[in-house]
Amino acid sequence: MTSGVALDRVSVSFGDFLAVSEVSLEVGSGEFFSFLGPSGCGKTTLLRTISGFVEPTEGRVLIGGADMSGIGPDRRPTALIFQNLALFPMMTVADNIGYGLRVRGVPRKARRDTVDRLLDLIALGDQGGKRVDELSGGQKQRVAIARALAVEPKVLLLDEPLSALDLKLRQHMRNELRAIQRRVGITFIYITHDQGEALTMSDRVAVMNRGVIEQIGDGRAVYEQPRTAFVAGFVGENNALPGRVAAAAGEFATVETAIGPLRGRNVRHLMTGSDAVLFVRPESLRLDPPADAERLGVTAAGAAFEGNLTHLTFTTAAGSRLTMTVGRGGALPPGPGSAAVVGYTPDDGLVLPREGFGDA
Amino acid sequence: MTSRPFLSSRAVLKAMTGFYVLLFFAYLFGPLAVMGITAFNTPSYPQVYPFESFTLDWFVKLANDDDMVAGFRNSLWIGLLVVLVSVPVGLAGAIVMTQVHARARSFYYLIVVSPVLTPGVIIGISTVIFWRDMIGVTGTRAFYNGTFLTVVGQSSYIAAYTMLIFLARLQRFDRAQDEAAQDLGASQTQVFFHVLLPYLRPAVFSAAVLAFLSSFENYNTTTFSILADKTLTTVLAGRVRQGTDPSLSALAVAIIAVTVAGAVLYEVLRRREDRRARQRERAAGAAEAREMAGMTG
Amino acid sequence: MHSAIGKVFIFGLPAIVTLYFLATAWADRRRLGRAAPKPFFKRNGIAIGVYLIAAVGLWCVFAIVLPQLYMVDYSFRPKLPVAQMGGPKDLYTLDNYHYFLFGSTRSSAEWNVVHIRALVQTVLISIVITAVNFAICYPIAFYMAQVARPARVRLLMLMLIAPYWVNEILRAFAFRILLGTNGIINRTLIEAGVLGEPLDFLGADVGLYAGLTYAYLLLMMFPVYNAIENLDRNQIEAARDLGAPWWHIHLFIVMPHAKPGIASGATLVFMLNAGALAAPLVLGGPRSLWFTPIVYDRFYQAFNWQQGAAYALILLLTCVVFVLGVLKLFRLKLGEIAR
Repeated sequence: MTSGVALDRVSVSFGDFLAVSEVSLEVGSGEFFSFLGPSGCGKTTLLRTISGFVEPTEGRVLIGGADMSGIGPDRRPTALIFQNLALFPMMTVADNIGYGLRVRGVPRKARRDTVDRLLDLIALGDQGGKRVDELSGGQKQRVAIARALAVEPKVLLLDEPLSALDLKLRQHMRNELRAIQRRVGITFIYITHDQGEALTMSDRVAVMNRGVIEQIGDGRAVYEQPRTAFVAGFVGENNALPGRVAAAAGEFATVETAIGPLRGRNVRHLMTGSDAVLFVRPESLRLDPPADAERLGVTAAGAAFEGNLTHLTFTTAAGSRLTMTVGRGGALPPGPGSAAVVGYTPDDGLVLPREGFGDA
Repeated sequence: MTSRPFLSSRAVLKAMTGFYVLLFFAYLFGPLAVMGITAFNTPSYPQVYPFESFTLDWFVKLANDDDMVAGFRNSLWIGLLVVLVSVPVGLAGAIVMTQVHARARSFYYLIVVSPVLTPGVIIGISTVIFWRDMIGVTGTRAFYNGTFLTVVGQSSYIAAYTMLIFLARLQRFDRAQDEAAQDLGASQTQVFFHVLLPYLRPAVFSAAVLAFLSSFENYNTTTFSILADKTLTTVLAGRVRQGTDPSLSALAVAIIAVTVAGAVLYEVLRRREDRRARQRERAAGAAEAREMAGMTG
Repeated sequence: MHSAIGKVFIFGLPAIVTLYFLATAWADRRRLGRAAPKPFFKRNGIAIGVYLIAAVGLWCVFAIVLPQLYMVDYSFRPKLPVAQMGGPKDLYTLDNYHYFLFGSTRSSAEWNVVHIRALVQTVLISIVITAVNFAICYPIAFYMAQVARPARVRLLMLMLIAPYWVNEILRAFAFRILLGTNGIINRTLIEAGVLGEPLDFLGADVGLYAGLTYAYLLLMMFPVYNAIENLDRNQIEAARDLGAPWWHIHLFIVMPHAKPGIASGATLVFMLNAGALAAPLVLGGPRSLWFTPIVYDRFYQAFNWQQGAAYALILLLTCVVFVLGVLKLFRLKLGEIAR
């Protein structure tokens, strides 16, 4: 575990405000780990705590097994990529990249070699002499990464680095970042509110809400098996039907929702009478449901064509809205206003406790 | 509904404004223009007309005026010292202002801004009184010296000017750069020299210019603090009270000429810097375009 | 009361105030706990920390606070030869202020009409000059801030600043050339037949007032310009659109918005006028009474530094009272005008 990060019951509060509450987890050496959550959930605070700008009110941060208490950001084996990149405007690209080496007293020749090597890594080989304000958004990103890699950190911390970029560029950079991480092999800790980013890039994701880690797992786990209502609602699109558990038998439970009793998998073993939410993914709904499916009578409200997928919206008699996703080459969707029946197999329904519902 | 008569009243307003602007600048430049003309006129009492004959004699007389020249040299020297004192002090004052805790901040602000609001004569008087007493306390006359007292007295309020310039520039400093440098391993001292000072460079320059010019033209404070020495302004004041000949007008013309030259130089440099910034913007734009084109591939 | 006590206060006061603020800082730090910002020397490093403390400390203490306290102290002491200062005769006294009011340190029989009148006249005329300055500058400031195009504004700005590079003494001298008995205005009026003999502008103090009005125009212009400049143009357009006449717009929309700038300019101009030394020296007639030259004379004519300190303090207090009055009138706080 030479470059793993461990958080041991870390809490951070500012005055009366508790930003991070008792977080304990371990990030493996060389892993691409993301913290995913809405703004204000505490992920930025957590990142700054790992990098040393904030001392935890309780608990410890360990990097490579060593306790980092009292060690400032200038002496931790971490490097942080800031959200606005914070490149030094009065220095050239090469000087920016070499800055960390310069303050460590590395002699000029060795510095130049490392800088050249990194410029090649980020494919800006001949741009070393340019000033920062002559670069494009993507180029600045890569310079920021090279600058951080120059000091050979054990852990690279990234604070929503792609949020300011255009959509296409963002998708391109996702792949690039992943490729760089695999090539360099160090631990990346990434924070974002964009779950598409988190899922595509990471080995594992920690979903955070209001200072608390709700679930940790790889992309598949948090998407297909969310453990809390917040995770179910935040990661991907999901239809949520709140209600109360009417019956719980074995693997399944029946929830009495506004549109009637519906079944789903009772993965959290809720008891009868508890407040719950039934979740069904849009892609699990069918317009011609099979015999053993749970059925809902709905009215078609509209269809949004998005290239590969079409999103159909329905309203229920109780006023809730449901979305359903179909791929290309299906039957024509029902026109707006017409009645329809959609359904899902109980296996695709998930019953989760009501806590945290609505935060997503 | 009131548009038609309204429009013509606007036109009248515009004409009046234009006329007023002209009148204003005539008032502003008039006395100086008059004085300028007397510098080239032969009579030994400054007069504009009758314009007897053109001469440059007064400029020669000015250059040969020993007192003036000595005063001028002193003013330059003191100006330089004031820059060397008030720029670092102003910078320290600004940095401390951003770090001092809230309760002390208003009080601190009051103290450091008070010399700006204090009449110059009072600063001069209090400086002399204080340091004269210090002769007794420190046992040495070293501090009771015209140059030292003038530099200290002028710096007390000029440092406040420079502080305000630095404060304005500091407000817009991106703290993330400070943190980025630390994160890369820089000590606080290194952050100061590698990141903060380069950022403040334009402010240092304008603060230095302001400090020098404020010091050079000061009279109210200097006349008390300069003791037995002289600066250009004190010589000038003495000269104006005694005799009045157009060599003083010649001085004014010389100053105007230097100012105009300075303004032209400033404008040239400014345009060049603007052009360079625009070039860099264009380069960035081209890079963005290339990047976009590469994406769609 | 012997004046040695004064030394204790003079040096003790700054020390006590500093300790007080250090104590409040420490209390703040304890209250905030983890959320407190980093301690001073950690935040700046030792080298820079020492530089900051030394520069600010020396400046505030030795260049600002102590000299002022010393001057206040001096104003309450009697005039003594240097050798006897600090000795047994050096007792606190109100003699100097007594002199200002009554013209002598002993009798209260007659008021010191000359000096008191000088002070009152200086203040009143300075107020008038300030108002006139404002009236002159406002249209130009408004024009530059809201009407003129940016390129023209820069040109106008340069044209505004240019005359002020010329030393204030020379500028006053220019007025002397203009208004002297042989000056151009008198000459022109005589030749045009309007006057029989030259008017003594300078003797009648007209020269002084004209010169003072001219002297500090720039310092009224800039704060007012800045204040008007950040007024959203749309507000004016909206008012026009609603039918408001132009004088209404200026009085009730532009000027209230520009209040901080106006107050700032008015304060500066008033204080520079009340404390003016150069212009009265150059342009003052034989009978002109301006307060600051009187202060100057206490030092260099009467060689009574203690009295000079008292007079200087009176001037300072007058200015402070005025500034506070302006702030009250305009309902502003100090921070908003000192820019």
